[in-house]
Order: sequence, then structure tokens, then C-alpha cells
Amino acid sequence: MLHDADRIFTNLYGLSDWRLRGARKRGDWDGTKAILEKGRDWIVEEIKESGLRGRGGAGFPAGMKWSFMPKESDGRPHYLVVNADEGEPGTCKDREIIRHDPHKLLEGALLAGFAMGANTAYIYIRGEFHAEAQRLQVAIDEARKAGLIGGNACKSGWDFEIYLHHGAGAYVCGEETALLESLEGNKGQPRMKPPFPANAGLYGCPTTVTNVETVAVAPEILRRGADWFASLGRPKNTGTKLFCISGHVNLPCTVEEEMGVPLRELIEKHAGGVRGGWDNLMAVIPGGCSTPLIPKSVCDNVLMDFDSLREVQSGLGTAAVIVMDKSTDIVRAIARFSKFYKHESCGQCTPCREGTGWLWRMMEKLVEGDARIEDIDMIEEVTRQIEGHTICALGDAAAWPIQGLIRHFRPELERRIGIHDLTITAPAGGYDEDIPEDISEAV
Amino acid sequence: MSGTTKNPPGKKKATNTKPKTFKFSPENTASIPDILDLYPAGRQESAVMPLLTLAQRQIGGWLTRAAMDRVAEILGMAPIRVYEVATFYSMYNHAPVGKNHIQICTTTPCWLRGSDEVVASCHKILGIGLGETSEDGEFTLGEVECLGACVNAPMLKINDDYFEDLDPARVEAILTLLKRGDKPRHGAAPASGPTTLLEVPARGPGSGRGKS
Repeated sequence: MLHDADRIFTNLYGLSDWRLRGARKRGDWDGTKAILEKGRDWIVEEIKESGLRGRGGAGFPAGMKWSFMPKESDGRPHYLVVNADEGEPGTCKDREIIRHDPHKLLEGALLAGFAMGANTAYIYIRGEFHAEAQRLQVAIDEARKAGLIGGNACKSGWDFEIYLHHGAGAYVCGEETALLESLEGNKGQPRMKPPFPANAGLYGCPTTVTNVETVAVAPEILRRGADWFASLGRPKNTGTKLFCISGHVNLPCTVEEEMGVPLRELIEKHAGGVRGGWDNLMAVIPGGCSTPLIPKSVCDNVLMDFDSLREVQSGLGTAAVIVMDKSTDIVRAIARFSKFYKHESCGQCTPCREGTGWLWRMMEKLVEGDARIEDIDMIEEVTRQIEGHTICALGDAAAWPIQGLIRHFRPELERRIGIHDLTITAPAGGYDEDIPEDISEAV
Repeated sequence: MSGTTKNPPGKKKATNTKPKTFKFSPENTASIPDILDLYPAGRQESAVMPLLTLAQRQIGGWLTRAAMDRVAEILGMAPIRVYEVATFYSMYNHAPVGKNHIQICTTTPCWLRGSDEVVASCHKILGIGLGETSEDGEFTLGEVECLGACVNAPMLKINDDYFEDLDPARVEAILTLLKRGDKPRHGAAPASGPTTLLEVPARGPGSGRGKS
């Protein structure tokens, strides 16, 4: 178990002062100037060596992403865009950072922005986070007033402004190019890549979009050293991570743990265990609604990191652990996600726009068992037709939970169809006459 | 994007054509230059969302056609471009909403912890269903997708405020207070304290460097 001394988010529960004075007491904004003086290459190298992988879901190596930005400006400004459009069902970690540790995010934005040659950062926060956005704005204002950001930030000679932009309710804007479209004043519909944002992003300028948590852990890594961060977790899955544990546990919570913590330990130590005990567990969605569920047999031993979960055909995603006990109507739980994706599809690509609605209607039928056995394979086949055939990953995300359900709970789907078939009432005109009244005679 | 408070299906008549004019209040007008300043010169279209939000707040929770046209005029955008944005995002409403706009999260993490009961409680106490507004214009009830408070499920949002860790009794208490015209306390009410950071290490300036 992770020691408190190795935790980065020391005000995760909001028990102490979130404002600048409290943040400084916890060690934020300490020696920021000295870090900046080591230069942008040093920062990027250090982040690379720490092994930090993006915390927004895809797990792309953060240092490498930052290094994609042009070394020299060709006259176009560079932008850092922080993705605070947290909306993946099950996920509520960025909200805790924003409202309880906003200065970690701001300091991280300065360091990351400097490392990318950016003088401007936009933080795109989801519109529903009204109180959180107000708090973040206060933090930005006090950091500017204290000379930590703004012109000559931290007396480093680097000018750095941070602006807040509010979303207005669209899950798809968590996708980086949709977010940029939205920031430019358009519908949030993803762009084709290439060009990648590092070459042509916001306003056609070099841009890096990165998750709140990724940015917020950067100052601590740079202060304590890449070795420290890399010593936690497992190779290629290093560091600490915020886990949000929701659903059928006794004490749902958000907690910072070491990467690679066993799922069972995570749930039992921090979330008070599964409701009714571990043996009452049915399945877990380990990384937000886009990741396929894993049944109890897998949960028994799986470790919570990118590669371990990929080995069991799921993913770490945003590390939003949704726990479902044996009382769960598992088909309805996944069908509700299908409704979510149907609601949130931006409508740009046909496979997703039409596919998400079709999948939702079929899933509703499966909940009741009002389908044919062959339909299960057909649904699986259609998810394969959506997956990988859309501009952004929303289509994939709609397909994966259903694939996970079919992979692990096919007998349950078949059972429902069987029961439904047995309870069909006779058609109004009666059956054809050649069906004998006593079925046993015919057998 | 089908919002939760858009026109009910089958009802084609536009609800947003009256009043026919819209003016930003003097206070809001004064704040517009500050909003435009957040974006580079010549990129004022980026301000379309903040300005729509500003207009919606001024009108009382929804957008009239005239308000969208005014935003288009300020930003030098074609009105259709503003309509596109305003209809894409689910937080913009195109028909009047109640003074208390209640949005219940029913996505799976909340559903697992009893959002059906929250919906039923609201229905019982307010006498309206999802997508409906009470006759006195006090309450609109809607369903919403994940609001990102999953470890405090089930939850609902009333205007800007999150009410978390709900059960039918708490929902009833909240709505009763609102009906009386009082302001219920929002926020979370978790069942337990933290399991970590029990001994917060002294991590003042200077102590964070190097390996711990």
C-alpha cells in the first residue's frame, strides 16, 4: 500500500485550505523558478524518464507527447490545452483536483506550457462543474496576483497566461480535437488526424491537449525526481493514480494509490469492500464506461494498471472502478451505457450515429430477452463494424462495453431469451392446426 | 444531441420565438469585453459559448431566438452558426424551464445506487415526470447523463448546485425546502471518512525535494 509520504494529492479530501496559502504549505509553487531554469528539454526528459502515462484514458506516454511540440516557433504561438471536460461515467477524479488542489494544476500548467514553448494555456472545464470552475478562477486570479503566472511568471522571464473556458454539456468534447473545435466556437465534432494537434491544433497552431491529472502530477515529479515516480508501480506503469470507486461498495470513494495495486485490495482497503462481501461480486468495470467489464473470476487477481488490464481484454481508462454485486441486472447496466453513447454521439460519422442508436435498441431488447439467439452474434458483429470505423474513439467506446458483456455473460443473455420464448403467449388466431395439442406426442 | 429539456417529441411548434427582442443587461454588457479578451484577436467566435451562457442566465435558464441572434451580431457570426452551437450542447435550453431546474443523473454508476428511487421520489413529491415542468413554473424535472460525481451517487443537480449521496428521505427534505422557498444545503454527505492521508506528512517548502 502506498505511504502517505508518497501521495501527491495531499488535499484530496478537501480537509485543508485549497487556496494559495494552504497550497504553499503543502509544498506547491516551491522552487518553481529553479525547475524552469533547468530548461524545457530537461523537463521533457524528466517526464519521459518518470514513465508518466496520460491519465485521461488512453495512457499515452506524457513526456513523448510533450516532445512532439515544435522546438522552435515558426511564428505561430504554441498552446497548452488542459482537458477538464471530465465526463466518462464513473470518473470524478479531476473534479477533486480542481476543487481541492487547484494550484497543483496551475503550477503543472506553467511547467508543461513552458516545456512546450507555450505562453498561453486554456483549461476547458465541463459546464456542469460550476462551483469547481469558480474555485479554479479564484486560484488563477490569486496565482496571477502573486506573480506565479502572468508576465514573467515566477520571475523566470517566461510569460504565461491561463484562461478558463466553460463547456456546455457534451461528452464528446473530452476528445481532444472535438475540444479544440468547441474552444474555437464550433460544434464539438472531432477532426480527422493528421494533422495532429502538435502541428495544427487550436487556431491552426501547435497545441498539446492533456488531462488535468497528468498536468497536476508534473510539478511533484519534477521536484522529487523521475526516479521517485518511476520507483512506484510496475515498469511502464509507474507512479500513483487517482482511483474512483463507485457502485456496489460499502464506502465509495476517490483515493490515490500506487499503479498496479490489486483490484481486490483497492476495493477492500479503501471502499469498505463489496456490498455483501467479495463473494457477492458479479463484475467490475475497471476504467470508466468505455472499458469492457471483467467478471469476478478475473477481478480476484487482476492488477490495476494499463498493461495488466489490457491482458484481460479490458483497460485502465480513467481508473473509474464501477463495482456491481450479484443483485445487478448486468444487461440493463450495460444497456444504460448504450443509451449514454446514443445520447452523446456527435452525429458526424455514420457508423457511430446510426450504430449507437441501433445498439441501444437491441440492448433494450436483450434486457427483456426479446431477441433471437442469433441476434447476440449479430450485435457482436455490428460492434465490430463500428469499432475502428469512426473519426474518434466514441464509436469504439460504445462497442467495447457490449463486447465485454457478450464475452463474459453470454449464458445470461441466452437465458433471458430462453425465458422470453417460453412466456410468449399464443397468437390471436391460435397456432396452426397441425401443431398437436399435447406437445409430448410429437416428441 | 438530444437535451433533456428540449421540446417534447411530436411538438413541432417553436417555443423560442418570443420575446422577439433581446438586450444584454448593462452589467452583462459591461462584462462582454472581458470575455472577448480571453481569446486572441480575430478569434472572437471562441466566445460564442460564454456569451450564450451569459444570455441564458439572464433570461432565466433558456435561450430565445432573439438572444442567439444578438450573440451572432456581437461576434460577427452568421446566426445559423450560433444556432448550430446552441443546439449541439445539452446545457442550452430552447424552451422555458422552471425556476428550479432539477436534473437527475441516471447513468449506470448512479443507477446502481438507486437513481430510480430518486426519480420516483421527485415524481411523487412534485407530481411531474421526466421532461415536464410544473404548472406554476417552479420546477422542471429532467434526466441527465453522468455529471461526474460518481463516488457520491446517486445525485442530482438543481440549477448550478450538486446534491449528492441521496436517498429518498434526503430528496424529500430537499424538495420540501425548495417548495417552501428555502435554500437547501447542497454538496455531499459521504458515509465515511478517508482511508488515506491520516497522517499528512509535513511537506512544507523545501521538504519535497529528493526522494522521500
